Amino acid sequence: MSEEKSDLIDVQINGEWHSFPKGTRMIEACRQAGVEVPHYCYHPKLTSPGNCRMCLVEMGMPPRPRPGEDPPEPDENGHLPISWIPRPAIACANTIAPNMGINTESAMTEECRKGVMELLLANHPLDCPICDQAGECSLQEFSVEHGKGESRFREQKVKKPKNVDVGPRIRLDDERCIMCSRCIRFTDEIADDPVLGFTDRGSHTVLTVYPGHELANNYSLNTVDICPVGALTSNDFRFQMRVWFMKETKTIDVNCATGANVTVYSREDKIYRITPRQNNDVNSDWMPDSHRLNFHWIESDARLTDPLICDGENHRLATWQEALATSADKLAGLEGGEIAVIASARMTNEELLMTNRLIKHLGAGHVDTVTRMGEADGYLISADRNPNTNGVKLILGLDDPGSQIESIKEGIEQGRIKAVIALQENLVEDADFSAELLGKLDFLLTSYPLANPTADVAHVVLPSAGWAEKSGTMINVTGRLQRLNKVIDGPGLTLEAWEIVRDLIQATGGGNGIYSVTDIFTQLTQEVSEFEGLTWGQIGDLGIPLIETGETIPLLEREKERVARGLIVG
Amino acid sequence: MAIVVKRPKLKWWEQLYIPGIISGMRVTLGHFFKIVSGRKKVTMQYPEEKWDESLPEHYRGAPALVKDEQDRERCVACQLCEFICPPRAITIKPEEIPSDDKWAKVEKRPKAFDIDMIRCIYCGLCEEVCPEQAIYLRKDYAITGTSRAEMVHDKKKLYEIGGVRVGLVNKWNELK
Repeated sequence: MSEEKSDLIDVQINGEWHSFPKGTRMIEACRQAGVEVPHYCYHPKLTSPGNCRMCLVEMGMPPRPRPGEDPPEPDENGHLPISWIPRPAIACANTIAPNMGINTESAMTEECRKGVMELLLANHPLDCPICDQAGECSLQEFSVEHGKGESRFREQKVKKPKNVDVGPRIRLDDERCIMCSRCIRFTDEIADDPVLGFTDRGSHTVLTVYPGHELANNYSLNTVDICPVGALTSNDFRFQMRVWFMKETKTIDVNCATGANVTVYSREDKIYRITPRQNNDVNSDWMPDSHRLNFHWIESDARLTDPLICDGENHRLATWQEALATSADKLAGLEGGEIAVIASARMTNEELLMTNRLIKHLGAGHVDTVTRMGEADGYLISADRNPNTNGVKLILGLDDPGSQIESIKEGIEQGRIKAVIALQENLVEDADFSAELLGKLDFLLTSYPLANPTADVAHVVLPSAGWAEKSGTMINVTGRLQRLNKVIDGPGLTLEAWEIVRDLIQATGGGNGIYSVTDIFTQLTQEVSEFEGLTWGQIGDLGIPLIETGETIPLLEREKERVARGLIVG
Repeated sequence: MAIVVKRPKLKWWEQLYIPGIISGMRVTLGHFFKIVSGRKKVTMQYPEEKWDESLPEHYRGAPALVKDEQDRERCVACQLCEFICPPRAITIKPEEIPSDDKWAKVEKRPKAFDIDMIRCIYCGLCEEVCPEQAIYLRKDYAITGTSRAEMVHDKKKLYEIGGVRVGLVNKWNELK
């Protein structure tokens, strides 16, 4: 305790004294004290070149006595008087010192900000009406707060390249660029693909891609997020929707086991874009492009919207009651050993708990999930492309998910298995079941968001919600329990998978009083020991560590090391 | 605090109300005889007669999109009017201007611009908020249609009503 105490330094911010750990940057100290210091180039996850000059503040230290002069007297709290330095200092790259004074409200600080804003705006084009960044643009925000409100610059603005293709997913507008260099540092320090740089000098400086290269790495869209202005914009989101119309929903990415925290932007039940959300235990501030852009299928024409029943050759539309009654009929005459349930590691913990109930209720003899292994990319993408494999292990009790698939295939081949319930999985394309093999079954039930070859041969097809249309919890690769939140309503008659399984249990004669995901979560805390004592609210937006898996996320490890070296704030 | 309204104290002859009725009838009958004898005309024979001539300069009729002298559509689909519109009458779908277009440097234009004239309340906020001087309330007031769909003005119709407006700020026309 005493050691920690000695590491704290007293700093005066706008007249009030605060204590911060040694080595804290001035800008971070201000942020922690609730004082915003405007900035463009500073980003806590990147090095601080201090080139935008927006974070200039007035700074002071205790006066140094001349030889023979008495040192200043500390007041009753041990603080010395501050003699203010006539030259402003940048808050982003300087660390605090004992008895330092920072003044962000002084006339000098205001003058500095006004001056920097005026210079930044001198050449900035007035194309806010067509700029995608408008509404979330730091330049707009700070010019309202700190700008002069008018321009003294009467000359012709400098013309620079506009609408430049810098990569497959990114467009560059050099006139809008304010030379903060965040994108350059990101591609160099985080993405290890240093293709961006400044060329030319003075007001003719432009951001360019190295000749013959393009900004094409799988993390390139993060540069769009960190660009404080609209210089870098995403081709996918370009001109799609103004940011002030969209509703932000905090949820998680389901494309791999990392479970990157994301914010999904939607308007009137349509998703427009996904951006990473800061979580220093999962994805830092970043996410891969491949995962970010994998949401357009949600509004695809191939979405299943109604339950379907196979009448001999063709499928016909049915009501939920009819589809469930047909399923119950077909399952009624079967022994447990003749039924296989293939669940999915893309399901939430709540859906898996309901699936476990169904398995026990039917006495199903064969249970497994489909694995999706790929290559880890050494940054954020985990080798396991299923988001909730840890949940499958905990809740379905499968020690080695995917190991039973072959024996289920054999069982179908030999006629031992007569019915398969495939929940949220496309067996033909993702688990190498052939359509002929599935044709041998007496009964195949599948629930899936999209039309697929498995549904073509299924006897009952149930339309289910996609990841953005349901809520629940998932356990990521490091064993962290995180919440998946519903963003939009599903199309047509789709139901969330837990509702489908609940209705199946009820249709086959089981009973339960479950009406919401939080109900199931409460039961999860009673039935699975790892979840004991947890509440839905406790998980929060950032999740909580649940189990030890020994896995780490490479990008986070590198960032921790850079924090330890003092390169970044973190 | 409630305001106490002072009631006037009426004289006894005022309380009879007869003098009041008589003076009121004098005004009414005056108008009646003026109109019957054809000395005064108050009804305009709409639609044969129209008041278009006497509409004031600030009259707020149907909102419409305008083009400039160079036949450029001024709207860049910033969607601020859609945002400000109190009855949510405006729906805009933006698109990128193809690179071979004469005005490709403007980059963005509306692909679809619909104003639902059943919803429009002629408040003029769209005109006030427009950063491109592209939408104006014109003097058209007789907006009719035989179906709801017909009452939705699409982009073509809006330019038809709006026409060309000259002498506006032309920031996009400068050297780029």
